[in-house]
Amino acid sequence: MNVPTMAELTAQGIQPEVLFWVGCAGSFDDRAKKITKAFVKILNKAEVNFAVLGTEEGCTGDPAKRAGNEFLFQMQAMTNIEVMNAYEIKKVVTACPHCFNTIKNEYPQLGGKYEVMHHTQFLKSLLDEGKISIEGGSYKGKRITFHDPCYLGRANCVYEAPRELIRKLEVELVEMKRCKSNGLCCGAGGAQMFKEPEKGTKDINVERTEEALEIKPDIIATGCPFCNTMMTDGIKSKEKENDIEVLDIVELIANAQDL
Amino acid sequence: MQYLPNILFAILLIIGIGFFAKNVKKLVRNIKLGKAVDRTDNASLRLKNMMNIALGQSKMVRRPIAGILHIIVYVGFIIINIEVLEIIIDGLFGTHRVLSFLGGFYGLLIGIFEILALLVLISVIIFWIRRMVIRIPRFWNKEMKGFPKNDALYILYFEMILMTLFLTMNAADTGFQQANSGNVISQFIAPLFSGFNPETLHVIERTSWWLHIAGILVFLNYLYYSKHLHILLAFPNTYYANLNPLGEFNNLQSVTDEVKMMLDPNVDPFAAPDESEVNDDSMPEKFGAEDVFDLNWVQLLNAYTCTECGRCTSVCPANITGKELSPRAIMMKTRDRLEEVGKNIDTNGKFKLDDKSLFTTISDEEIWACTSCNACVEECPVNIDPLSIIIDMRRFKVMEKSAAPQELNVMMTNIENNAAPWQYNQLDRLNWKDEN
Repeated sequence: MNVPTMAELTAQGIQPEVLFWVGCAGSFDDRAKKITKAFVKILNKAEVNFAVLGTEEGCTGDPAKRAGNEFLFQMQAMTNIEVMNAYEIKKVVTACPHCFNTIKNEYPQLGGKYEVMHHTQFLKSLLDEGKISIEGGSYKGKRITFHDPCYLGRANCVYEAPRELIRKLEVELVEMKRCKSNGLCCGAGGAQMFKEPEKGTKDINVERTEEALEIKPDIIATGCPFCNTMMTDGIKSKEKENDIEVLDIVELIANAQDL
Repeated sequence: MQYLPNILFAILLIIGIGFFAKNVKKLVRNIKLGKAVDRTDNASLRLKNMMNIALGQSKMVRRPIAGILHIIVYVGFIIINIEVLEIIIDGLFGTHRVLSFLGGFYGLLIGIFEILALLVLISVIIFWIRRMVIRIPRFWNKEMKGFPKNDALYILYFEMILMTLFLTMNAADTGFQQANSGNVISQFIAPLFSGFNPETLHVIERTSWWLHIAGILVFLNYLYYSKHLHILLAFPNTYYANLNPLGEFNNLQSVTDEVKMMLDPNVDPFAAPDESEVNDDSMPEKFGAEDVFDLNWVQLLNAYTCTECGRCTSVCPANITGKELSPRAIMMKTRDRLEEVGKNIDTNGKFKLDDKSLFTTISDEEIWACTSCNACVEECPVNIDPLSIIIDMRRFKVMEKSAAPQELNVMMTNIENNAAPWQYNQLDRLNWKDEN
């Protein structure tokens, strides 16, 4: 797998067109790593001139900021900004809506000004430029629902790019009752991913999974590694893992083409 | 003696408006207890938002039934108040229906008022049924006990009474009924009075008239003590609301200064503080919010604007799944604390420490249950932002008290040590590349 780092390319005097910000989940979480690889396969196939920071990348600080630790957030932010500015990064793409939101909205004030895209937006632009094609493959005709990540949807008003990609797969896109700006959170945001939930009557991911099950999808498509984990857990808790798959949009596109 | 009613009216008007003005001053003072935040940018977009969201009620119709009924009540309320203009002139100068010289146009106006009055009456009754008979859950959350519940009902009763008085006044006005112009609704009420002698009718008409205007003045003054301030504050609240993407949380400048210093290799850590910067009277700025003084004035304006409709709470994932958190309760508790601080200042001249804070009523359990999903912010019909208060309170807990939940401390320690929320070595960050 061809994954150049910024350090390597800079040594060769090459300035890549876009930095792929992998994120902590994409780097370390076994499930999310598959999403990372699927995205890289598509980038390679489309011959996108990209690079990753590799070991020079560090947490954006998102969970620290949402947990109220502004110090730690800004330490992370300034460290990352220093690295990215040193490489003269202009454009960033990431498969994590939390990294996307943080770098896009919270880094500029601290000196990190980049064009930031979510991977679904980036893939949409590749599609529009004719650099990739999307076909249904084995997914053709399947019922797919898209779970809006809060930090992509409400937080940044990106609702259509992921849906346009899904429609290209020649599938039946079905919407949950609460979707787009009314979408229900998976339960992971605001640093909840890293702690047990407070006492309640139900887990949020179960509530969301039940809503998805109501419309009987074959696949729940996600655009966030944390949503993916939460929905996968939800499906398991309902013992539906043999009937329903939880896949990132980029995995759907890569799998359909047997990449 | 002939001028007694006019004098009485003038006194009533002065007391009613004067008392309201006094409370408005208090309201402004309390809101100004908040920290400064600059919302003077982008005036044209702000104006547009205010026109769309406050005047145009665009976010109300996200829930069509309640939204449309609310628009009827709102339009009725505003338009029928044109009638108040005539009432005030009549009351002060002893005239009767002074604007009736407008002829057919007057009939048209009053006709519209009567239709609206009936529509408002019907809508308000439906609102009551939704609350008390259908018992829509968001009106029955636990923060809606006691005064908040009754407050909502008082307002509905008030509106019912005011509309009934307006129609009764018209129905009992013999001259108005005889002119038969604009009495589109009241003509159907008039037959109820058919056997009455003219004196009785006059007394009914006058009583309705006085109660109507007195009711309006009482209602005006009730606003300050109720959740109903939104009819005024929705306008500044939507104007001054945050315009940035909802996902963008503010960066604390006080932290930026410190972090820059920490990262700057040229800083002498043992340097004595600059004399000119040392001010013995000033406390170093607090991180996050412990009390209303630590919130900004827009957050405090938010608290007074909240009309406790509960749409936020009904979409909150934490609340839906039975957690303690309710965004509406966050706003209500913030407002109640602000009121408490205001009363403290009224009594003592300036704020006297009372060993209470936002944390007296808002529990840790509430603030840590939030997923920061922004559903509450998106849903609020007047752009209130409960999330920003929750985050500011978390900031106080974490940065001033080091009191984050243990699991979050682990996550943060990991980020500090190895730049990831889990305990993985930063040097292994690219290992995925060679794994299968």
